[in-house]
This record gives sequence, C-alpha cells and structure tokens, in this order.
Amino acid sequence: MMKHISYLNAVTEALDEEMARDERIFLVGEDLDIDGGVWAETKGLVEKYGRRRVLGTPISESAFTGLAAGAAISGLRPVVEYMYPDFIHVAMDQVASQIAKARLMFGGQAPMPVVLRMCASGVGTREAAQHSELLEAWFAHLPGFQVVFPVTAADGKGLMKSALRADGPVVFFESRNVLYKKQDVPEGEYVVPIGKAEVIREGKDLTLVTYGYGRYKALDAASLMEGEIDAEVIDLRTLKPMDMETVMASVQKTGRLLVAQEAAPCCSIGSEVIRRVVEEGFGALKKAPRLVASKDVAIPFSANLEDYVVMQPADIVNAAAEMMN
Amino acid sequence: MLDLKEAYYWMTLIRSFEHRAKSLYRQGQLQGALHLSVGQEAVPVGVCSVLRDDDCVLSTHRSHGHYLAKTHDVEGAIAEMLGRATGCSKGCGGSMHLFNRAKGFLGSNGIVGGGIPIALGAAFAHFYQGTDGIGCTFFGDGAANQGTLHETLNLAALKKLPFLAVCENNGIAATTPTPVSTSDMERTKLAVAYGIPAERVDGNCVEEVAAAAERATAHIRQGKGPYLLDVRTYRVEPHCGIIMDNRDPEVARMWTEEKDALKGLRERHPEILTSEVTSRIEAEVAERLESAVAAALAAPEPELNHFRKTFGV
Ligand SMILES: Cc1ncc(C[n+]2csc(CCOP(=O)(O)OP(=O)(O)O)c2C)c(N)n1
Repeated sequence: MMKHISYLNAVTEALDEEMARDERIFLVGEDLDIDGGVWAETKGLVEKYGRRRVLGTPISESAFTGLAAGAAISGLRPVVEYMYPDFIHVAMDQVASQIAKARLMFGGQAPMPVVLRMCASGVGTREAAQHSELLEAWFAHLPGFQVVFPVTAADGKGLMKSALRADGPVVFFESRNVLYKKQDVPEGEYVVPIGKAEVIREGKDLTLVTYGYGRYKALDAASLMEGEIDAEVIDLRTLKPMDMETVMASVQKTGRLLVAQEAAPCCSIGSEVIRRVVEEGFGALKKAPRLVASKDVAIPFSANLEDYVVMQPADIVNAAAEMMN
Repeated sequence: MLDLKEAYYWMTLIRSFEHRAKSLYRQGQLQGALHLSVGQEAVPVGVCSVLRDDDCVLSTHRSHGHYLAKTHDVEGAIAEMLGRATGCSKGCGGSMHLFNRAKGFLGSNGIVGGGIPIALGAAFAHFYQGTDGIGCTFFGDGAANQGTLHETLNLAALKKLPFLAVCENNGIAATTPTPVSTSDMERTKLAVAYGIPAERVDGNCVEEVAAAAERATAHIRQGKGPYLLDVRTYRVEPHCGIIMDNRDPEVARMWTEEKDALKGLRERHPEILTSEVTSRIEAEVAERLESAVAAALAAPEPELNHFRKTFGV
C-alpha cells in the first residue's frame, strides 16, 4: 500500500516514528519550535514532543552545532538543522574539526551519531550566491561523514530512518526543489539503507549517473533522447559510501559513463564517480567518461546568468550525443 | 544638523521603494529573496546623515534602506534587484548583494552576522591609512547572537578601531521574537562587556538616531575607538516574501499607526514639513522612483559574453 505525501511530510514521518522509538533523538535548529520551522520541515513535532526534544535556537549556528556534538558524545542523538546549507559555514569548526574527527581522535570512544540536515539545498531559484551552495562534495571529502542526498519522498523517509539509526555522523542533503513535491511512499515501516544507489531507468547505450535534483534533470534528458540514445539512469542517493556495485554493473553493460550533477565540477562527486570507474572498471569503457556539471563559479542572481551557469538537461543530451558518436 | 526635508525625502523614498519592490515581486518581475524594511526607514537615514562617502557601510539581507540612505543610488538598486546589467552589482547579486564602492557601501549580506567583521576590516583600512573614516555595520537583533559580533566588538575595542555597530533591533528575527532568542534584551550591555560606549535609541525618531550617530561618530573620529547603538524599531512587513509570523496585531498597530517614523517626523515639525512641502516631496519621490523602475525594466539583462570573460567560465 502506498500513500501520496510530500517529501517533507515523509521525512517528518521518519523523524516522528524514530523519535517515538528512541528517546535519545532530539532536533535542534533555528525556529524549529515555531510552526514547524521556516519550511514546515518539522511540522507537528514540537506539539508532540515538546521543547525539550524540539529545541528552537537563536541564529547561532556555531553554538548549536557544538551543542549537538557535546550531546552526542554524552549519549544523545541530535538532528541539527540548517535553514540553508550555506549557513553551515558559520559552524564549520564544530562540523569539520570536532564532529568529523571526534571518533578517530579519541580512539573510537567518542560516539558522534549526529544528523546534519541541510534543508534547502539547491540552485535555480534566483536566490543568488549565498543561498545556492551545493556542498555535498565538501562533506564527502572530509573523512568521518556519510553523505546522503535523497530527492524522492520515499527515499527521504527511508534514508532519514537509516541516518537516525547510524553510528557516525550523517550529512543529510535535501533539495529545495522537492520539499513540497508529493510522491508515493510505502505505508508503515520503510527503510532505505545508506550506500544503495537506485537504477531509475533501464537502458543499454550509456550509463547516466546522477544524484540530488540532477535526478529529475537526468530523467528529462533521458526522455528527450528517447528513440536515439537509450540511457540507463542511476540515482546514487548515498554519495558516501558510494554504491560502486550498481554503477559498475551498469557500466559493464553499456560501456559508457556520463555523470550529471548540479554542483561545480572541480573535486566533485562526479569526479569521484569517474575516478572509481576508471580505477575499478577501465576495461569496460568504450569511450572516455564525461562529467556534465554547473560552471566553476558562484551562482549569479540574474536569471539568464544563473541558467547559463547551472547544469541543464540540454547539457546532458549534448554530451550523450557526443559520446555516442 | 539634520536637514529635516532631506531626511523626510529619503525616508519617503525608502518606503515607496519597498512598496514598489513588493509589487514587482508580486507580479513576478522581481525574483529571489526580498526582505523589506518598511517601518525602519529612520534608522539608515539618521545614521547615514552623519556619514561621509569615504565612511564604509556593511549591511544585511535587509539592506535596501541602508543602500539608498548611504548612496542615494535609486537607479542602481532597483536595476540590481531586477537582475539588470545596469544594477549596482551588474545583475550578479540581486536584493541581498548590493554594492557601491564609490559611495562607501561595501555590500549587503545573505549570511546573518557575515558583514559585521568586514566592517571592522573597513575600519582597519582607515586606521591603516591614517584617515579619519569609519567602518559601520548595520545588523539585526538576531545577528547579535552570532559569534562574529562578539569577536568583532572585542577586537575593535582592543585595537581602538574606528568601528560603529548599529543594532537594528526590530523585535524579531525571521519568525523568532527577540525575547525568545535573546537572554537579555538590552543590547547595549554587549558593548559594556567590552568597554565600548553604547546608547539605546528610538529608531523611529530620525532626529534621535541622527543625534546619537553624531555623538558616536564624533567619538570614533577622535580616535577613541568603537561605539554601539541599540536602535529600537519595528519591521512592518513579513520576514521575506511569503514567510509569515504571528505577531501581536495590537503591537503592530501601535508601531504602524502611532509610532510611524514618517508620521512622527511630520507631527514634530509642522512648520517645516507643511502639507505643501510633504506633498511636493512625495510627488518628487514618486516621479524619481517611477523613472528608475522604467529605466531598469527597459535595461538589458547582463551580457553573457561579458560575464564569461569576467569570470572565466
Ligand atoms: C548564518 C545565517 N543563518 C540563518 C539565516 C536565515 N535568516 C535570514 S534573515 C534571518 C533573521 C535575521 O534576523 P535579524 O538579524 O534580527 O534581522 P532582521 O531580519 O530582523 O532584519 C535568518 C534567520 C541566514 N541568512 N544566515
């Protein structure tokens, strides 16, 4: 049985079910206790669990991230929310030098079961340079984190459940373009394991790996190419650890790898996919792999500039056509 | 001495500008984030009335009033917010990223608390060059809870830098009322902790804001170090576009009707701001604003090749 609910409702369901199951879980972030937060991302939870477990904070990212770190070492399981991923920079010491490293520094004795929730990640909404960052590669690069980026309601619920049960810190990216998108979610207990990609369209000509909102652009591109190029589309869902088994199985079949992402190209998730495929399955490749990404520049405000900078389905189609030649 | 007609002109202009921006936003012509400062006009107009072009201002996400009061560049502001090539940031920044170096406006900021230490850097540049200019930051009561403010105040006091901190205390941050986010509402105490002189000011009275800013800048220009103003005001519009809050309607009525900054200014100076004078100012403002909007709407979008060349992409 399925129900048709928004991405945020699905994630809130996961939070609700896990908070009911595990008394150690609490939420912390700006305005979370006022009408469910600015995105309505925790709607109903303060009424149900109270202000002890849904902790609204001042605009003090550094302090409340550190609070989460200290609570986690003390045995609690915090979910820390940033209204936009861009704001986590304010807390970067707590994130990068404390949360990411505590387990290792203290010989494995300091637990850090923290979920960092990056609520409105994305581009394309004319919010300009300081509200449009795609930071997933930063966290994948830092040893210590698992990084997930679900963009369907079902994956949102299923991966939040896994994140809340994980041992170490998980960075949980959410695309602002899907927050209110309604989709089918299985009724009852539903868990998506961390580290599992999904083949979302089968095809034989070319493996198109993507993640985040790129999923929808890749699907658009695949249907634009239909009849000419038969693309197999894979949504990574988890960026670290990366599901190379699924990616490699597809590349073995198609012999071509194209990666599409909305983030900039340098040292990115896409570069990592290509590195892994080249190292682990070079023999399967009939063509040099390619990455289509946004341009290597911050996001400009004006619509024509932003659309130029951000990766679009047409970029995927063009690259795929070149690879088939 | 504050020129009352000039102050009335710019306060009227800022208010009309914000209303016009809101209508452009509703029509879908203005995109992205839009934080309006309706009700708070006396703060930037009062403070900037004592600042010079070489004094530098750093601002926040709610920056239109600061920009207009400091630069008087109505045309560049509206063109920027409409994403045009003629905008003050060449269409690259939008409402949250206005910039005008020549007039000493070193940027609005999308990160709460982000501009505060940058203003300290502008102050340091004056100190370094031996000039008597000032680095001034506007910041909200919400931003006062960021570490940047506390670190900056200490460093400014320690090095006696020409730094003016203006807390625009409008009682709310996004949807959080200040008493819910702040353990002690008296923001002047922040300065006291670092040995910095501070005043609490009625932010809806432009004469009081200007007088306090005059005392502050005199102190700073004499090389005596930083100064903080805790300016009390009220944000009339919602936080940003669609985000609503549950503020007390009675309090809102008090601020918008009884304590309105423009109304108060007219009532305190009926002999100068006669109805003829105010009507003439309002007509001038309307004309200037409409021609700025028309020019912006007619202006081209940023040129792609130019953008590519400038940023190498
Ligand atoms: C570091 C950071 N955290 C959160 C936000 C989201 N945000 C934007 S404005 C705002 C409220 C700011 O309140 P205040 O400083 O009082 O200024 P006001 O909006 O009242 O002018 C918040 C939480 C942000 N832009 N940057």
